[in-house]
Amino acid sequence: MAKISLSHLKHSYEPNPKGPEDYALKEINLDWQDGGAYALLGPSGCGKSTLLNIISGLLIPSEGKILFDDRDVTALSPDQRNIAQVFQFPVIYDTMTVYDNLAFPLRNRGVDETTVKRRVSDIAAMLEVEDILARRASGLSPDNKQKISMGRGLVRDDVNVVMFDEPLTVIDPHLKWKLRSKLKELHHRVNATMIYVTHDQTEALTFADRVVVMDEGQVVQIGTPVELFERPEHTFVGHFIGSPGMNIIPCLVEDGAAKFLDQFIDLEGPIKTGGSANCEIGIRPEFVSFGESTLRGTVMKVSDIGRHKVVEVMLGEYKIASIVEDIAPQRGENIGVVFQKSQTRIYRDGWLATEKAS
Amino acid sequence: MALELRKVTKKVGIHTYIKPTSLVLEPGQFNVLLGKTGSGKTSLIKLMAGLDPLASGQIIMNGKDISSVSTQKRNISLVHQFFVNYPHMTVFDNIASPLRVAGMARSEIEGRVEEAADILQLRPFLNRRPHQLSGGQQQRCALARAIAKNSDAVFLDEPLANLDYKLREELREQLPELFAGRGAVVVYATSEPEEALLLGGKTGLIDDGRVTQFGPTSEIYRTPSNLASARVFSNPPINCAQIKKKGHLISMGEVAKWPVNEQTKDLVDGDYLIAIRPYYVRPEMSDQRNVVLKGLVKVTELSGSESSAHFEMEDETWVSLAHGVHNFEIGTEHKFYMDISKCFYFGLDGQIAGG
Repeated sequence: MAKISLSHLKHSYEPNPKGPEDYALKEINLDWQDGGAYALLGPSGCGKSTLLNIISGLLIPSEGKILFDDRDVTALSPDQRNIAQVFQFPVIYDTMTVYDNLAFPLRNRGVDETTVKRRVSDIAAMLEVEDILARRASGLSPDNKQKISMGRGLVRDDVNVVMFDEPLTVIDPHLKWKLRSKLKELHHRVNATMIYVTHDQTEALTFADRVVVMDEGQVVQIGTPVELFERPEHTFVGHFIGSPGMNIIPCLVEDGAAKFLDQFIDLEGPIKTGGSANCEIGIRPEFVSFGESTLRGTVMKVSDIGRHKVVEVMLGEYKIASIVEDIAPQRGENIGVVFQKSQTRIYRDGWLATEKAS
Repeated sequence: MALELRKVTKKVGIHTYIKPTSLVLEPGQFNVLLGKTGSGKTSLIKLMAGLDPLASGQIIMNGKDISSVSTQKRNISLVHQFFVNYPHMTVFDNIASPLRVAGMARSEIEGRVEEAADILQLRPFLNRRPHQLSGGQQQRCALARAIAKNSDAVFLDEPLANLDYKLREELREQLPELFAGRGAVVVYATSEPEEALLLGGKTGLIDDGRVTQFGPTSEIYRTPSNLASARVFSNPPINCAQIKKKGHLISMGEVAKWPVNEQTKDLVDGDYLIAIRPYYVRPEMSDQRNVVLKGLVKVTELSGSESSAHFEMEDETWVSLAHGVHNFEIGTEHKFYMDISKCFYFGLDGQIAGG
C-alpha cells in the first residue's frame, strides 16, 4: 500500500485550454495517507471521475504529477501502477465459479496456487461467501455479485490502492447497509488505502475517515465527516451534505454585525474582514428550533419522515427548514424561530467568513 | 375516479410473479409502491399499464373494466428509471408526441406543452435535443410529457433512481405539487423507505409478489401489521430477535429480561418475534423505559450528524443509530438502550401480536 499525492494536478479535455472554464479539473493538491479510507464526493460533472481516471492511469493529466510514495507515476500505464478497481456494475466472469473469480487477479499475476488458496479463503471468510465458492457466478444475486467484485479488488495484498467507483449505486437500500458495513470492516482488517467515489453523501460520510468534496472541478473542502457536517467551509458543502442541506439566507453585514430581515443575528464568532458585500447566513436545520424569538415566520409544511420531522417555515420571502425530533408545530402556525448561536455562520462569496468562538 | 385492482395475478409459465392482489388507488395523493428490487413493483405497474396480461382478476378504471383494453387505449403515462426520450426530437416535440398521436389540434398542443414546460422549468430548453440536457433535465422532460398528456393514470417507476442524490431531493419535493389537482391516479414505485415517507399519501408495501399492507403512509410506518411490512418499511434494516413471554416476564435469550407492559401483558405465554427500529436502540439512556442490551461492536459509522454501531448479541447483529457524535471502539463490548415502548411484537407466523 502507498501514500498517494496529487501535485498541482490539472486537466482539460480541450487541446488548448485558455481560462479556468476550459479545465475539467482545476488545480488540485492533496495527500492521501497510506492505509486511509477516503471518499471523493460530488455531483455528476464535478470532475471526480476525471480524477479517478487520472489516478488509475486511464487518463494522463494536462498538468501536474501523481506520486505513489513519492515516486512519480504520472506517465505509467494502469497495469504498471498496481491498483485495484471496483466498479458500479459487478465485473465478474459468469462462467467461472466464485472461487475462480476471486483467484483470477492473483493467477493473472502468476501467484502460486498455495498462496492463491490462502488469499481466496481469507477473503471469502471476510466476505462470508465461503459456502458459495464452488458455485458458478452466473446464478448469484446482485449483492453477492457485487461482493465478489469487491473481493476481487481486495484479494491482492500488493496493490497501492483500491478504488471504488460508485460501488453501491445499483444495490437496494437494505443491502447497501450490509455491504457498506462489510467494506468498512474489511478496511479495518486489511488496512489498505481505499478511495471511494460517490455522489451519495451517506455512503461517503459513513465509509471514509476523510472526505474530499468536489464541485466544478475544484476541491471545496477536505475533512472528517464531523467537520464537513459541523463547519462547512463553503455553502456548497453546507447544501450538498445533510438532508435537508444547510439553510442559506442572504444578509447584510455592517460594522461587524449581521442583519437579516432588519434584525441582528447572533453568530458563532466575529466576522472576518473582507471586501465583498455578498454575504449569507448559513445554519443547519438541526440547529433551528422554535420558541421565544423576534424572528417570526409561518409554518408552510411539516414532513414526517419517521425518526424526525422536517418543518419548513417562511421568514419573509425565505424558506427555512428545521428538524424536530418530537412535537412539531402545525401548518399555518405563526411561530418564533431560534438559530443556535454557536452554529450560525456567515459566508462571504460562498466561503466561510466567521471565526470559531474562542 | 379510481384505479381498482381486483384479485389480479401475474404468471409466467409455472412461476407466479404477482399473487392475488386487490387495491383501490385514488387520485389526489401519491400511491407509493414500496419494495425491494424484484419484489414485484414493476410487474404490478406493467399489469396496471396493460403491458403484461393478467393471469386472473380484473382492473377497473373509473368504474369500467379495462382488463382487456390495450395500453394505447388506456390513457395512461409511464415514466421509467431510465430517461426515455426520443433522441432525434427536440424537447418540445418529445413533450408533444403523445398529443400528436392523439390527433390534437396544433394550437392546443402548443398550449399544453408550454404549460408542462413551465411547471418543470424546461421553457429555455424546448428547442434542444435530449442529449444536450443534464440527467435531471432529461427526466423532467419525460415527466413533462406525462403531465401534458393529462392521463387518467400516471405510473412513475423509480423515476429518480438514476439521478444524483441532491437532484433527487429537489425533484422529489416538487413531484407531489406537479400532480396536485390534475385528477390523475399517480402510482410511484420506489425501493427507498425514506422516499415513501417524504412523498406521503398512501403506501402499499410489496414483498415477494404480495401487497403486505396498504394505507396512509405514516400510519403504516407506525403500525406494521406483519413482520414483512416492518422489514420493507425500514432503512436501516429493522432489528429483529426471538423472545419468550412467560408470566410477567419477557426474555430475549440470555441477553436481556424485562417485565411486561401495557402492550404485552395480555399476550399468551410463548415465543414471539420483536422488531425495533435502529433509532430506538441508542448508545445513551433516554428514559426509564429502556432495556439494556450488551453487544460486541463490529462496525461503526459516523455520518456527521448521526452515529451508528453494528453490534453482535448471541445470534443476532443489531444496529444502533443516534443523533450526534458517539465513539465506539471496535471489538469491545458496549451497552445499548432499547426503548421498549417502540417495539413491535409478532407471532412466529409474522403477524402482529401486541399493540
